[in-house]
Amino acid sequence: MAWNRKILRVNLTAGTCKPEPLNMQWAMDYLGSRGLASKYLVEEIDPKVDPLSPENKLIMSTGPLTGTMASTGGRYTVVTKGPLTGAIACSNSGGFFGAEMKFAGWDMIIFEGKSSKPVYLYLENDKAELLDASHLWGKSTWHTEETIKTSHQDPQIRVSSIGQAGENGVLYACVVNDLHRAAGRSGVGTVMGSKNLKAVAIRGTKGLSGIKDFPEFLKVTTEKKKILAENGVTGTGLPKFGTQVLMNVINEMGALPTRNHRDVQFEQAGKISAEAMYEKRPTDGKAQLITNAACFGCTIACGRISQMDEKHFTVVNKPEYWGASGGLEYEAAWALGAANGVGDLEALQYANLLCNEVGMDPISFGATVGAVMELYDMGVLSKEQIGLDTPFGSAQALAALAEMTAKGEGFGKEIGWGSKRLCAKYGHPELSMTVKGQEFPAYDSRAIQGMGLTYATSNRGACHLRSYTVASEVLGIPIKTDPLVTEGKPGLVKAFQDATSVFDAAGICIFTSFAWGLADIQPQIQAACEGDWSLDKLNLLGERIWNMEKQFNLAAGFTKADDNLPPRLTTEPAKTGPAKGLVNGLAKMLPEYYELRGWDTEGVPTPDTLSRLGL
Amino acid sequence: MQKSLYIDPVKCTGCLQCEMACSYEHTGTINPSKSRIKVFSFEHEGRKVPYTCTQCSDAWCMQACPVDAIKLDIVTGAKVVSESTCVGCKVCTIACPFGTINYMADVGKVQKCDLCDGDPACAKACPTAAITYVDADWTGLDRMRAWAGRANAAAL
Repeated sequence: MAWNRKILRVNLTAGTCKPEPLNMQWAMDYLGSRGLASKYLVEEIDPKVDPLSPENKLIMSTGPLTGTMASTGGRYTVVTKGPLTGAIACSNSGGFFGAEMKFAGWDMIIFEGKSSKPVYLYLENDKAELLDASHLWGKSTWHTEETIKTSHQDPQIRVSSIGQAGENGVLYACVVNDLHRAAGRSGVGTVMGSKNLKAVAIRGTKGLSGIKDFPEFLKVTTEKKKILAENGVTGTGLPKFGTQVLMNVINEMGALPTRNHRDVQFEQAGKISAEAMYEKRPTDGKAQLITNAACFGCTIACGRISQMDEKHFTVVNKPEYWGASGGLEYEAAWALGAANGVGDLEALQYANLLCNEVGMDPISFGATVGAVMELYDMGVLSKEQIGLDTPFGSAQALAALAEMTAKGEGFGKEIGWGSKRLCAKYGHPELSMTVKGQEFPAYDSRAIQGMGLTYATSNRGACHLRSYTVASEVLGIPIKTDPLVTEGKPGLVKAFQDATSVFDAAGICIFTSFAWGLADIQPQIQAACEGDWSLDKLNLLGERIWNMEKQFNLAAGFTKADDNLPPRLTTEPAKTGPAKGLVNGLAKMLPEYYELRGWDTEGVPTPDTLSRLGL
Repeated sequence: MQKSLYIDPVKCTGCLQCEMACSYEHTGTINPSKSRIKVFSFEHEGRKVPYTCTQCSDAWCMQACPVDAIKLDIVTGAKVVSESTCVGCKVCTIACPFGTINYMADVGKVQKCDLCDGDPACAKACPTAAITYVDADWTGLDRMRAWAGRANAAAL
């Protein structure tokens, strides 16, 4: 089988590392990664636990296809109860760390308790030990990764770590691996920091031997790679432009949230787009983008590697930012740029680098800055309170606030709370562009109606990666639907949510879904994993994962009132673009969605639904 | 016709499909740590570079081996380690100027690229044609063609 059948339980309070067998019944019912780790979490913690208390747990998990030649088979997931939302948090990341965990012989690591001093977990195949991390505390993710490799005299170690954001209680801190890949959202890094766990370092040389039918697996994964290579999005658009291919497209649709969602189009979108990353700078004659890069096993290679202009005001005396590093992806470019009205591509890349370095989510950070700029614009927040002028569009303000938030200094401390808490403190909760406390990503739901329902019902708070109906409503994948209407969207959202759960649980990247359906993943799982994996079974499995997460949130205290959007999106019509005059029609979609899900009118799964799903 | 691995690092994305394929071909497991081709990441320059044995004609490893465990495959031109003969003395690993023959502690032998009997798994697995298997006498053909095109365009 493609599982190692072995998990590691690390009790940080006691300082112990103990192997235990993977619960194979759960593996059959939840597959792996997001599904399996969530199952362990809901079985092991009280949903009402304080996310930053020792009673919360943090789980890092691979899927059965992680560490295989299935394209994009390098993902791992971090699951915990999130501090930003209080809901189940589940963030996944590419890079090389997940595959290394698999090659060391483990499927999953469960961290519980809290260490009395900073530690990191060092895993070398069967050997697992907690080592002192006092010298790493206060240091960046980049420094931590390099120091661990140097001190073990092993450059082939893979590292996941938190930076200063995770230590300082920024509520949207990431866990960063391989320098610039991140389990980015919902503050999973904050939980890691609360446990005094600085990093996880893995070296695996055992490899993966248990693929059920290796010849069949090679044949089918090769066939499926061909589909990705020949698809316009995964074969051409993403490798050439990255996710940034969307910037101009979404702007033209009038779906680019601008200046804290006051507007839906950004007049400087072209200046922060994929095309702009290719343009030679007048200052040094070089383009910001150097090349694309792949995560483990990925034949798409959408990653951006960029290099800043050394003369730009943000880095002019900071050579540590002059080298090549992870470049802007669409979400980051939007959150740091359009959301604040900033059109300075170099300033966005600087803030992006800081986010990677200190380990914080650029979406939540950028969107929170958008709220601060609006409060400043309204005169609610003053220069004296913030420490500087923060008008919309100010690249100087963006850079300064990124530094302050990263270090937890001055007003940066409050930006680290996220926009829900910040806007509430200053008397304007309605200006927080969040669902369940988590900031929106880069699609305005007034112009892409299905995304409103996607955000409102996402189990981890506002998120595009739980049901990316943009694929259908904008790109026509798998079928084109009208983005301006609500009809048919509840069914679309449910189908995307359930299918996405399976992609995530398998250990592969959701970007494959531009070219692959579940029917393309099914034979890869079937060849790799013991048991019989029909499409029906996988569909049911995806739905089971979704309902399990939902039940956790209900038990944590969430209600129908939390499946909602900020009033701006449901009462203030879009001012320009194709959706001019429209608001999001969530109220028209939500009851039908609940019904399709087999939930009652309050959004609670009925006993019949739970029994059908084996919950 | 003898063929040779031809590596164009500019095309490499660093996905490691080559390392997985190599390890599976030789060990039956997916295990990049057992791969005979390695992809190096030069993070600060944003470059990825696959590297493996170039199959030197007058191979240092072969010359240095005291038990003649490294043999020339006359069809492929590969220098192939005979595991049954190798005593694991590691002298070849010292002799090789490129570091492409390495000791495997778990089996007590050395290993290096053997061109998979003339059908290299790494080249087949590479999704971007950064690794190809081409006429050994014409590894410069692509670059010649590129320069020919430029020279011709300049003359027009």
